[in-house]
Amino acid sequence: MDYSQFLAMKQEIGLLAVFLLVFLYDTFMPRGAQKGLPVFTTVLMLLVTLGGFCSYCMAPGGEVSAFAGMYVTSPVIAAIKNILNIGVVIVLIQSIKWTNSEAMTMRRGEFYELLLVTLFGMYLMISGRHFLLFIIGLESASLPLAAMVALDKNRYESHEAAVKYILTAVFSSAIFMMGLSFVYGLTGSMYFNDIYFALTSQRSLLLVMAVAFVIGGIGFKLSLVPFHLWTADVYQGAPTSVTSYLSVISKGATAFAFLVVLNQVFGALYSQVWEVMLYALIILTITVGNLFAIRQRNMKRFLAFSSISQAGYIMLGVIAGNAMGLAAMMYYILVYIFSNLAAFGVIGAIENATGKVSMDDYKGLYKTNPRLSVAMMLAMFSLAGIPPFAGFFSKFFIFTGAINQGSVAIYVLVLIALINTIVSLYYYLLVVKAMFISDDECVVPNFRSACSERLGLWISVGGILALGIVSYFYNSLLELTGVSEMTAYFIG
Amino acid sequence: MDVTIPILILAIPLFMFVFLGLTGMKMSHKVAGILGTCGMGTVLVLAYYTAFQYFFSGADIFINGAGERLQYLVFDQTWLQFTENLVIKLGFLLDPISAMMLVVITTISFMVHLYSMGYMRDHHGVYEHGFQRFYAFLSLFSFSMLGLVVAPNIFQMYIFWELVGASSYLLIGFYYTKPSAVSASKKAFIVTRFADLGFLIGILTLSWYTGTFNFTELTSIPVEGMAGVSQVNIGTAEYVRGIFANSAAPTFMGASVLTWALVLIFMGGMGKSAMMPLHIWLPDAMEGPTPVSALIHAATMVVAGVYLVARLFPLYLMEEAALDIIVVVGAVTALYAAMVACTQLDIKRVLAFSTISQIAFMMVSLGVARPEFHHGLGYMASMFHLFTHAMFKALLFLCAGALIHAIGSNNYTEMHGLRKHMPITHVAFLIGCLAIAGIIPFAGFFSKDEILTACFGHSIFWYIWMSAVAGLTAFYMFRLYYLIFWWKEHKTPEGHHAPHDQPWTMTLPLVILSVVSCVAGFVPFGNLVTWNGHPMFESVDFFTNLKALDWSVASISLLVALAAIGLATVMYRKENALPSKMRNALPALWTWCFHRFYFDELYMFITHRIIFGCISRPLAWFDRHVIDGTMDAFATITNKASEVIKPLQSGQIQMYVWYYLVGALLLGGITALCVI
Repeated sequence: MDYSQFLAMKQEIGLLAVFLLVFLYDTFMPRGAQKGLPVFTTVLMLLVTLGGFCSYCMAPGGEVSAFAGMYVTSPVIAAIKNILNIGVVIVLIQSIKWTNSEAMTMRRGEFYELLLVTLFGMYLMISGRHFLLFIIGLESASLPLAAMVALDKNRYESHEAAVKYILTAVFSSAIFMMGLSFVYGLTGSMYFNDIYFALTSQRSLLLVMAVAFVIGGIGFKLSLVPFHLWTADVYQGAPTSVTSYLSVISKGATAFAFLVVLNQVFGALYSQVWEVMLYALIILTITVGNLFAIRQRNMKRFLAFSSISQAGYIMLGVIAGNAMGLAAMMYYILVYIFSNLAAFGVIGAIENATGKVSMDDYKGLYKTNPRLSVAMMLAMFSLAGIPPFAGFFSKFFIFTGAINQGSVAIYVLVLIALINTIVSLYYYLLVVKAMFISDDECVVPNFRSACSERLGLWISVGGILALGIVSYFYNSLLELTGVSEMTAYFIG
Repeated sequence: MDVTIPILILAIPLFMFVFLGLTGMKMSHKVAGILGTCGMGTVLVLAYYTAFQYFFSGADIFINGAGERLQYLVFDQTWLQFTENLVIKLGFLLDPISAMMLVVITTISFMVHLYSMGYMRDHHGVYEHGFQRFYAFLSLFSFSMLGLVVAPNIFQMYIFWELVGASSYLLIGFYYTKPSAVSASKKAFIVTRFADLGFLIGILTLSWYTGTFNFTELTSIPVEGMAGVSQVNIGTAEYVRGIFANSAAPTFMGASVLTWALVLIFMGGMGKSAMMPLHIWLPDAMEGPTPVSALIHAATMVVAGVYLVARLFPLYLMEEAALDIIVVVGAVTALYAAMVACTQLDIKRVLAFSTISQIAFMMVSLGVARPEFHHGLGYMASMFHLFTHAMFKALLFLCAGALIHAIGSNNYTEMHGLRKHMPITHVAFLIGCLAIAGIIPFAGFFSKDEILTACFGHSIFWYIWMSAVAGLTAFYMFRLYYLIFWWKEHKTPEGHHAPHDQPWTMTLPLVILSVVSCVAGFVPFGNLVTWNGHPMFESVDFFTNLKALDWSVASISLLVALAAIGLATVMYRKENALPSKMRNALPALWTWCFHRFYFDELYMFITHRIIFGCISRPLAWFDRHVIDGTMDAFATITNKASEVIKPLQSGQIQMYVWYYLVGALLLGGITALCVI
C-alpha cells in the first residue's frame, strides 16, 4: 500500500491528533488540571486551523485523490474545511465558560471529544467520493450530536431534544439509505464518478424517488422544509454552545456536502430532476422559516427558524452551479458563521449570567448592557443583510451568482427570496427594537461577561465588519474558485 | 516610490478619528488635543516629504527629460469588483495639483489643530464640552480631504467628496445645543447634497460613455515603459470627445452630452465651492467653531470644486460652452459676494462672502484658461491663487477667531480700536488684508495678478469686471480692518479685563501663516503646477514671479487696489458721516446687499410654499393611504399565513416524522409526474 496517500489527509490527520490529545488529557490528567481542558482544546484547534491555512497556501494546487478515489481534496475543499475550522474555534472560545461551569465538571471531556468526532465526520462528508465513506461521515456527524444535545442532563428539555434529534436522525438516515440502495440498484456502483456516468441516460420513477430520498436525507441536516421540524425543539432544548455548533458548523458542512452530492453524483440530472426539487425546497424553506420566525419569543427558537430560512439562501449557491455561486456560497457561510455566532454569543452570555432567553427579557437591554446590545444589533443587521455589514454583501453575491445561471425561473426564485428578505428584516429588527427602543425596565441587570465570551464576541463582530468592508476575502474566494478545473472538480 | 508614506498619510488621520472617537472621552482634554495635533504633525511631515520628493527629487517617474511633470499612481487597489469592467478602486495619485493640495491641507490642518488647543477653551482655561469629539472630527475631515485630493478615479473622489461633506456637517453643528448651528449644518448638508446629485449624474454619464472612472484614462496617456506613470495629454481628451461625438446620442437638448456631463460635474463643484446660486450655505456655516471655518470653509473643502474642475480640465477644454458657463457663474458670484461683503456686520460673514468671492476668482481663472495663451496661464493662476488664498484666508479667519475669543462676539461693531490691546493679531490681520487686497509684495498680489492677466488674455470685458471686483475686495477688507482695529474703543465693562492677545498655541499659527502670506507669492508656481506639467520658465530664482509680471496689468490692478484702500481709509479710518451719507444715496442697493439679495428668502419661499405645499403634501397623502395601505395588507397576509401554519410545529415527534415522509414522497412524486 502506498502510505503517501495519507499525506492528502493532512487536515483529517491533524484533527484526529487533536482528538487523541484531548482524549488523553481528559483521561489521564489529574483532576486539578481538568479545568485547563477547554483552553487546551481551543489552542490545539487554533493550531489546526492555522496549519490548514499554511498547508493550503503551500499546496501544489489542483486536486489530490487517495484510496482508489474514495477520498479527494483540493484547494477549494481545504478552504472549506478552514472556514469550518474558524467557526469551530469561535464556538470553542464561546463555550469555555459553560464547560467550566459546576454542572459540566464530569462531562467536560465528552463535549470536546464528541464535537471533534462530528467535525471529523463532516470532513469526510466533504471529501468523500464514495458513498460508504460518505455515510460514515454523515453518521459520525449526526449521532454524536444527539449526545451533545443531551449534555444538559438535568434539564428536561435537553432530554426531549436529544430524543427528538436521534429519532429524526435515524429516520432520515433510513430514508437516505433507501435512496442510495435504489441508486446502487440502478447503477451497480457506490463511486460518485461511476454513478454520474451511469445515470446520464437513465430516467425512471425509481431514480426520481431515489434523488428525492437522498435530498431528504441530507436536507434533514440542513433543516430544509419539510425536513426541518426537529430544528426548533432541538435548538431550544440543547445547551447554547451545542445549538450554535449545530446551527453554524453542522449546517455549513452539510451544505457543501449537499453541493458535492448533487453535482458529482446527480449532475446529469440537474435540469430534469433536482433543479425543480430545489426550487420548491428553497421557496418553502425561506418562506416557512420566515413565517415561523415572526412568532417566536424564545431567542433560541427564533434563531432556529432564522437559520432555517438562511439555509434556503445558502441553497441558492447550490442551484447556481457555477464558480461564482460556489464562491458566493463559501462567502455566505463564512459570513453566516460570524453573524450567527455573534448572536449566539450574546444569547449564551446572557443565559450563562441570568438564565434568561426570552425576547421579552431583552427589552431595554441597551440601557443595562450597551456593548452586548450593539453586538447583537450588528449580528441582526448582518443576518438581515443591511449594508455595509457582511450579510448584505453575502446576500448580494449569492443572488448575483444565482442570477448568472440565467434561466427565467431563477429570476422568479431570486425575486421570492428578495421579498422574503423584507419579511426577515421585520423580525430581525424586532430584536433590535426590543433592545434599543423599548422603555421597559430591563430584567437583565448589568453584568460583566466572561473574558472568553467577550473574546468570542469581539472576533465575531470583527468578522462581520471586516468581511463587509474589506474586499480581499470575497475576491480571494472568487479567485480560488475561478480556476476552472477546481470548480469543475468540485461541482462536476 | 515606496507606498508606506502615502498609506500613512491617509491612515494616520483615519486612525486618529477612530481612536479619539472611541476612547477620547476616557482621556483628558489636553491629552486628546496633543494626540490629535501630534498625529496631524506627523502627517504634515510625511506630506511635505512626499511633495518635496515629487517636485524636487527629479526622479524619472515624476518628471521627464523635457522637464514636464508626470502623474504617478503610487498605488491603486481594487476595492469592489462588480463586473469585469465595472471596478471601483482606491488609490493614490501624485501629480502637481495633488502634491500641492497635500501641502495646503496638512499645513492649514496642523495650524488649526494647534490653534484649537487654545481656542476651544474659555477665559479661565477650561476646555469646551466635546473637545475630544472636536479633534476626532478634525481628523476625520483631514482624512477625507486628503483622500479626495489624491483620488485617482472620479468615484473615489465622489466617496471622499461626500465624506468631507459629512465631516463638515458634523463640525458646523458642533455646538449642537444651539438651534442656529443645527439648522446651519442641515442647510449646508442639504444644499451640497443637492448639488452632488448633479455631480453623480455627471459622473455616471461620463463613465457610461467612456467606460472608465480613472482620471488618467480620461486626460492622460501612459508613459512607455514605466508602470503607473502617465502624462496629461490633450489627445486623450480629444479621444474622449470623439467617443461622445460618435455615440448613438451625441446631443441632448441642444448641447452635446459631454457638455452636459461636464456642467453637471461642475454643479457638484458649485455646491461645494459655494457658487451662486448654491452659495447660501457658506455664510451660515460660520456657526461652527472659527478654526473649523478657517480649515474647511476657507482653505480646503470649499476649494474642492475648483480642484475638481482642474482635475478634469483637459476635458473642459474640449467644450467651450462648459468653460463659458464656469466663467459666467464665477464672475457673477465674485461680484455679488464682494458687494454683499461690503455691508455685513458679522466679521465671519464678511470673511465668508470674501471667501466665496475669492473662490469665484479661481473659477473664472480656470474658465478663461486656454493652452494657446501663455501655456494655460489661467490654470496655473487658479491653482496659485488657491494656494495663497488658503494661507491668507486661514490667517484672517484665525485672527477673527482670536478677536471673537477676546471680545466674545462676532459683531465687529462691538470691537473697535483693538490695535493697542492685541498688537500681534493686529499685524497679522493687516498682513492678511494686504495679501487679499493684492498689494505688492504680499502673496495675493502675485496670484491675483496672474488671474487678471489670464482674463485680459481671454476677453477685455471679464478683465474689467474682475478688476472691479478686486477693487471691491480691497475696499471691504480695509473697511473691516479699520472698524475692528481703529475707531474709538468701547469701554471695558467693570469687572472684565481688557481684551488681550492669546496664548502661544494660538499666536504661533498666526505668526507662521503671516510669514507664509508675505513670501508665498514668490514661489515659482509656473514651474510647479501647470495644466499639462510643462514648465513656464526656463530657469527660476527668487524673483522669477516678479520678472514675469505683465506690468501693464499689474500696475493697473495695484492702482485700483490702492484707490480702494484709500477710499476705505477716508470713509472708515475714523467715525464720520460719510458711510451713512453714501448709504442714503443708494438706499435700495444697500438694502439688497445687506439682505444678500434676498436669496435666503427666495429659497425659503421655494421650499416651504412650492415644494412642501404643492409637492410634498399630496405625496404624503399618497404615501399614507396607498403605499402604507398596500404594505399593511402584505403584513396582514404574512401574519395570517404564519398563524395558519402554526399547527405544523406541534412538538410531537410522530408528526414530525410523518411530515418528513410525506414531504419526501411528494417531492419525488410530483417531480416524477412533471418529468416522466
